[in-house]
Amino acid sequence: MSTGKLTTMREAVSRYVKDGDEIYLAGFTHMIPFAAGHEIIRQKRKDLTLCRATPDIIYDQMIAAGCCKKLMFSYAGNPGVGSLRCFRRALEKGIPNKIEIDEYSHFGLSGRLFAGATNMHFLPMRTNRGSDLPQQNPNIKTVRDPYTGDEVSVVPPLKPDVAVVHVQRCDSNGNSHIWGIIGEQKDAAFAAKKVIISAEEIVDESVIRSDPNRTLIPDFIVHSVVHEPWACHPSYVQGYYDRDNEFYMQWDEITKEHDTTMKYMDEWVFGVENRQQYMKKIQQDKINKLTPKACMSAPVSYGSV
Amino acid sequence: MSECTPSELMVAVAARELKDHDTVLVGVGIPNLAANLAKKLQAPNLVMVYESGAVGSNPSRMPLSIGDPCLVTGAKSVCSMYEQFAYYLQGGRIDVGFLGGAQIDKYGNINSTVIGSYKAPKVRLPGSGGACDIASNVKKIIVITPHEKRRFVERVDFLTSPGFVDGKEKWKQLKLIGGGPYAVITNLCTMKFDDVTGEMMVTSLHPGVTIEKVWENTPWKVKVSANLEQTPPPTEKEISALRALDPNKTYLG
Repeated sequence: MSTGKLTTMREAVSRYVKDGDEIYLAGFTHMIPFAAGHEIIRQKRKDLTLCRATPDIIYDQMIAAGCCKKLMFSYAGNPGVGSLRCFRRALEKGIPNKIEIDEYSHFGLSGRLFAGATNMHFLPMRTNRGSDLPQQNPNIKTVRDPYTGDEVSVVPPLKPDVAVVHVQRCDSNGNSHIWGIIGEQKDAAFAAKKVIISAEEIVDESVIRSDPNRTLIPDFIVHSVVHEPWACHPSYVQGYYDRDNEFYMQWDEITKEHDTTMKYMDEWVFGVENRQQYMKKIQQDKINKLTPKACMSAPVSYGSV
Repeated sequence: MSECTPSELMVAVAARELKDHDTVLVGVGIPNLAANLAKKLQAPNLVMVYESGAVGSNPSRMPLSIGDPCLVTGAKSVCSMYEQFAYYLQGGRIDVGFLGGAQIDKYGNINSTVIGSYKAPKVRLPGSGGACDIASNVKKIIVITPHEKRRFVERVDFLTSPGFVDGKEKWKQLKLIGGGPYAVITNLCTMKFDDVTGEMMVTSLHPGVTIEKVWENTPWKVKVSANLEQTPPPTEKEISALRALDPNKTYLG
């Protein structure tokens, strides 16, 4: 097997993520690339525009660590639990620094990525009408439909400097198989100028070619590939490990104060060198609890004469 | 009538609004319970759709988030986020959507963005997520909420998701795909919306509740339908099926 674009997370981040960049760590609840986020924090990147539909715990951590200048998002909550407290502290009190926001609905933000990925001028959508959001966000505009004369809401394309996408498996060049909730991974990869892939497993190209419909991201748009098992904990990877809902609930307690948040960060982010060390700190019990029983799909034939 | 908690009452009443073969955009928590209850009772072919892209889910346990892996295992289909909002929502394929929020007003407008002003928030809430898109594109919007004065306001601080905005006339001009707000179900009553004005009105009082009690808990004198009904109390069957869905009383406490 050729080593292709394989590298470490430290090298990938050091090479492609710069201060002031607009970055998109993909994954709609599923496969959120925590390992990449933690490495960006360790390398002390700053003034980043952090884009995600759901900032989730990963951007809450990056905001607390002072990496963020601006947050682009559509739902800034801890689903089923409550607030993202670090986001709120930064927005309401400027701790550790003031942040700007650029806010959309889910369709608005995923539409921006789609428009970026497909080089559209802008994307018209049947949403935002009647909402107060367009009054607060000058990026949401209206145009006249040239066919009916109706007013239509539009959003601009989003082309992040870097996207990080975690996948179940890819080959060493970055041809990536993804299944389960596929969120905005493909859109983010095609929209971004640089793409870092992290993967649970690196497989031979023949495995990828055995099931080409499952390849959402082709190698020629990928810049770096990192083999990073358990990269998404406390988020999850369908078929590999479940979502650590307990931790999502604990995060609410951990982040009550900026100091308590930073104590966590000192131990779990700055206190480890990489993902392997982070995983060594997780109890085996927890790992067992999060490991699902296999549920295999029926095989299909791709045969041709 | 079976003894039940206010949450159980709301879920049982909401579940009755769902018909067999409906496609339902479900959130987590209480709406998820209502959809699962309907599926166990009158709507075995209900199609549960989640904004994370899971379609026709059959969850083996209660999900904590709309992106829970148990919504994928055994689902009919899973699509991307863009496809979910474009094909299913904007495509007009969803019959019923459940929404919640910190505030709802007399035209069914919902605020899930901010208390106070946007630029200087008193309390910053999570924002729209898919709510504005759901409100704009789904045929019937149902809101399940405790009947509290802080939640019902004459006008929302911030309009995240449009109800009938400031009346049916204005709403028609928006030319949205969806049908707008359909029902608000509380622990006291069910409210629907006037066909002409789009204003919220009480259509059914829950067992033991008087209209005076509704008025005491609503900051404006909410209108009353000419055909005011009494909500039939939850049956033993409804309550026992519901309790089986949430045995630890995570949501029904």
